[in-house]
Parts: sequence; structure tokens; C-alpha cells
Amino acid sequence: MAHKRVERVILTGCEAAAEGAIRAGCRFYAGYPITPQNRFPEYMSERMPEENGVFIQAESEVSAINMVFGASVTGKRAMTSSSSPGISLKQEGISYLAGCELPAVIINMNRGGPGLGSVTPSQSDYFQSTRGGGHGDYRTIALAPWNVQEIYDLTYLAFTLADRYRNPVIVLADGMIAQMMEPVKLLPPVKTTPTKKWALTGCKRRRPNSIKSLFLTHGVLETHNLKIADKYRQIIENETLYQTYMCDDIDVLLVSFGTCARICFEALALARAKGIKAGLFRPITLWPFPSEHLQRVAEKAKKILVVEMNCGQMIEDVKLAVKKDIRICFYGRPGDGVPTPEEIFREIKKI
Amino acid sequence: MTQKTKKYIYKRPESLTNDITIYCPGCGHGIIHKIIAEIIDELGIREKTIGIAPVGCAVLAYNYFNFDVTEAAHGRPPAVATGIKRCLPDRIVFTYQGDGDLAAIGTAEIIHAAARGENITVIFVNNGVYGMTKGQMAPTTLLGQQTTTTTKGRTALQHGYPIRVCELLATIEGATYIERTKIDSIPDIIKTKRAIKKGFLYQIENKGFSLIEVLSTCPTNWRKTPSKAMEWVGAEMANFFPTGVYKDKGSPNK
Repeated sequence: MAHKRVERVILTGCEAAAEGAIRAGCRFYAGYPITPQNRFPEYMSERMPEENGVFIQAESEVSAINMVFGASVTGKRAMTSSSSPGISLKQEGISYLAGCELPAVIINMNRGGPGLGSVTPSQSDYFQSTRGGGHGDYRTIALAPWNVQEIYDLTYLAFTLADRYRNPVIVLADGMIAQMMEPVKLLPPVKTTPTKKWALTGCKRRRPNSIKSLFLTHGVLETHNLKIADKYRQIIENETLYQTYMCDDIDVLLVSFGTCARICFEALALARAKGIKAGLFRPITLWPFPSEHLQRVAEKAKKILVVEMNCGQMIEDVKLAVKKDIRICFYGRPGDGVPTPEEIFREIKKI
Repeated sequence: MTQKTKKYIYKRPESLTNDITIYCPGCGHGIIHKIIAEIIDELGIREKTIGIAPVGCAVLAYNYFNFDVTEAAHGRPPAVATGIKRCLPDRIVFTYQGDGDLAAIGTAEIIHAAARGENITVIFVNNGVYGMTKGQMAPTTLLGQQTTTTTKGRTALQHGYPIRVCELLATIEGATYIERTKIDSIPDIIKTKRAIKKGFLYQIENKGFSLIEVLSTCPTNWRKTPSKAMEWVGAEMANFFPTGVYKDKGSPNK
């Protein structure tokens, strides 16, 4: 077999996610400027025309997500990106995507909140990403990368998952991953994307299709929502992703995701150097949350420390997952602060 | 004996399903749906048309039109249409929107779709009231008009003025064709059909954004009989919303 050259480039998180999307076959992007993800629409505005794709700078986040809805209706792979306040505006559209069972990918470069908050990295949109976010009984798959390579890989994966389950997928990164540059190994572009029999393309040689989330006849909405709930069970069963680090022999188990997990990883080294048996559990899918896997790892630990850049959101899922009677502590930075490894190491020693 | 051949002089358009609509007696939606269906049949575009249903009384349009139709969130059909048309430029894409959908909650979407000159056709049904929710004030409710949220009549001081959509959109460079018609008489229904057909033809010819506003009825929420409601369209609505062509960049003798 001929040796395949691996393409390696240096990209920001925004560029990596955008390029991942294009290589995954995404040919429609609509977005609206908001810091810290402005490089995303800028990159797409250059790359999409090169691939015969569509780039639209929309008049609002609301409009952008509805343009994505329209593109998805036609069966094309479509996406939008934004940061926290903009993602709040997109929730209406995300709820409709979920209700209509339309695939789409939404990137959130999380910044501080609530309100206008700040433009610095944050993980305060965990609840929003994992609990549905908009109105109605639905879930979005939420993927949390911890570096630039992973935001590339997970964005690429997000399109497969969105199509497989006909459901919106959120990639929840933050302002740090959005703007930092790192080397990225590029995956080859997908050759084909799935054909979608449900798509609206004009009813040539078939009966008309319709896309809707309105079910007024008694009992029909319930059947629809139960069908969706069954789909969510399949997602939980098949798509849960996580990683563990130094978890073979532990007293203290750190649980953290995204940027924060990466800093925790540094803190592990400091702890291990001082003889503290610390390990790290990192959920990659925030929804579905890797509950069973965490429970298994937690069996070995004496204490758990959850570290997040918020006031404590994922910790609720950790508490739901860990059945054992064990101390679950929390360390969070809910504003402009990104914790240092030393800071986390101090917390490990404290508990 | 000479053999007689059957010739249809009238039939239900293929672009309409056999479903019975939910619309009230005297409602204008039935007439406008049928006009659209006839046009799509006449142009032979049923198999390449994608419609966008609004939120409001026409939300179930996908049950009545016999071609591909999607729903859209309230006010968002122009954004959804943009996504569809940009992905499938050779399909015929139209939105069907009421006054609350288009002129209140979706004002930004319609203005910017027009400004971008999206090659779509917008059918804007103006009956001056929120019909589906039982008759609240709409952005196009006339001054003095009684609704369930303006029980003493709309006043400029308290509720602001009605919005004239055609006049507003005619100022937008990206818009190609803007016309207002009404359906209170047979000649006006024929004019409405001519206008909507032009909107579709312009799209087929890649001429850009068209909007046809149709002054329509809501007898139930206007508390009028169907025939009084028709009279009211011509006597009252058309006074504030004059019919006519507001812009036509697509015509060779413009």
C-alpha cells in the first residue's frame, strides 16, 4: 500500500473546526459576528466558495440558524457557529431542528455569561448544551474538545452523528480553544455524504415530503416524542465518549471537560510528583454523559474533585453518575479566570 | 353516431391535495391557496417547487399543497427559504406568510431577504388580524379597528400605526417586484393570480426577490359575515393599503 502523506497544518481552533466541517462535507454556513469566534465566519467566507458551498453572513443569529434549518431541509450538511449570547438566540431554531428531526451542527465558543458577560473563555453553557437549551422535550448531542486537534476531529464527527440520528449536534468549546493555534493532522475529505429520502428536493418521481414539528391530532405528538426518546436511548448506548488518565491507581479523581480538563491534566503531574495518587476522567460527550464509565472509575477513588470554568454545572451529572458514598468536591472559576495547574494542585491537596 | 370526447373545462389543481382545509367560511386562504396551486400547475413546476408554511392559520399548508412543503418557526420563512434556495438554486421556492409572521415577528427576516435579493417568491397574506390565536391586533390592524387586544379600537397613541409592507420593501434596492392586490371581487382575484404568477415567473427567470401582498379576509375574527368581510377589504383595507405595483425591476418596459 502506498504511504499516505498526513497533512499537518497550524490552525486556530476556529479555523480547525471550520476546516473539519468542510472536510466532513458541510457545504452551507450561516453565521453572525460575535467574539471570540469571529475567525470562524471569516474563514468560512473564504473557504466555502472554493468548495462550491454557501456562506451567508446573516442579519441575526435567529436568521442564521433558520437558514441552516432551510439548508438541512434540502439534505445538505449545514452548520452555524457562535458564542454564548448568540447561541441563546439560536435556541428557538435548535428546538425546531430537534422537533423536525433535522441534522445540523452548531459550534459554541463559550464566553462568560450570563447576559453579555465577557469575551473570555468559560464553560458556563454546560446546562444549555446538555439539557436541550430551547423549549420542549429534546436533547442535543454535545461534544467537548480539549485542544485544537480535537475540535477538528469532533466537528468532523459531529456531521456523521447529526445525520445518523437526524438531530442537532453542539460542539461546546470555549474562547481559549477558539483562538489558540496548534498543529492539526487533517483527515481526508469525505467522498460522499448520505442520501436523505426525507429531504425536500421537489417531488419528482415520488410523493411529496413534508418537514414539520406540529402534531395537533391527539396522541400523535406523544408518539413522536416517544420515538425521539428512543433515539436518545440509542445515542446514549452507542455514542458516549470519554477518556481517563492515570486512573489505574487513584485516591483523588478529577472530573473535568474541555480546556479545564487540559489544565487538570497538567495538575496531575504536579500531584503525582508529590506522591498524591490523582487521576483524571474527561467526558468528551457531555450529552450523552458517560455516567456508567465514570461510576466504574469512581469505584477506585476515595475523593472526587470536579473542576469547571463555571459555578458548578457538570458536577450535577457527576453526582447523578456516582452511586458510591464518596466526597464530591468542586472547584470553579466562573468569570474571566482560567485556572492554572498550580491552583488545581492546591485544591487537590486541600480536599 | 358521433363519438363525444370529454374535455375538462375545470378541475381541482393537481398541486392541491384532496384534504379539507381547517379554514373558516369566507376566509381568503382557500382562494389564495388555489391561485398558487393553479399557477404551479400552469407553469409545470409542481415537481420542483418547495413551499414554506408559516406559523398562523396557514401552518397546515403542507397538508393542502401537493408538493414538498416545510414548516418554519414564526416569522422565519424568508431565512428558511434562503437556506433552501441557496442549496437548490434550480428549484422554485416560495414562502406563504401572514401579517403577524411577516410584518411583526419576522420583520428583520423579510427586510434582509429582500436586501440580499434572494431569488424567492413571497406571498404575504394581510388580513389585519392574528387569526389563529383568535383575533388580536396585528401590525397591519387599521386605526380604529377592534380586535381582542384593542377592544375599543386601535389608536395611534396607544398601539402605534399599522405598517405598510409594500411601500417599505419598495425602498429596498435588492427587491425586484413588489405588488399589492386584493381578493374581494372576481377581477381582483384574477389580478392577484396575475401578480403571483409574475412573482413565480421572475423567480424562474432568475430575476430575484418578489413579494405579492394580498389583502384578505378574516370574517370570524372581524365578527362579520363572509360577504360583509369581502366588502370591508375593498371599502376599508384598500384605503389604507392601496393596491398596485410598488416596484417592478423585472419588467422590460419598467
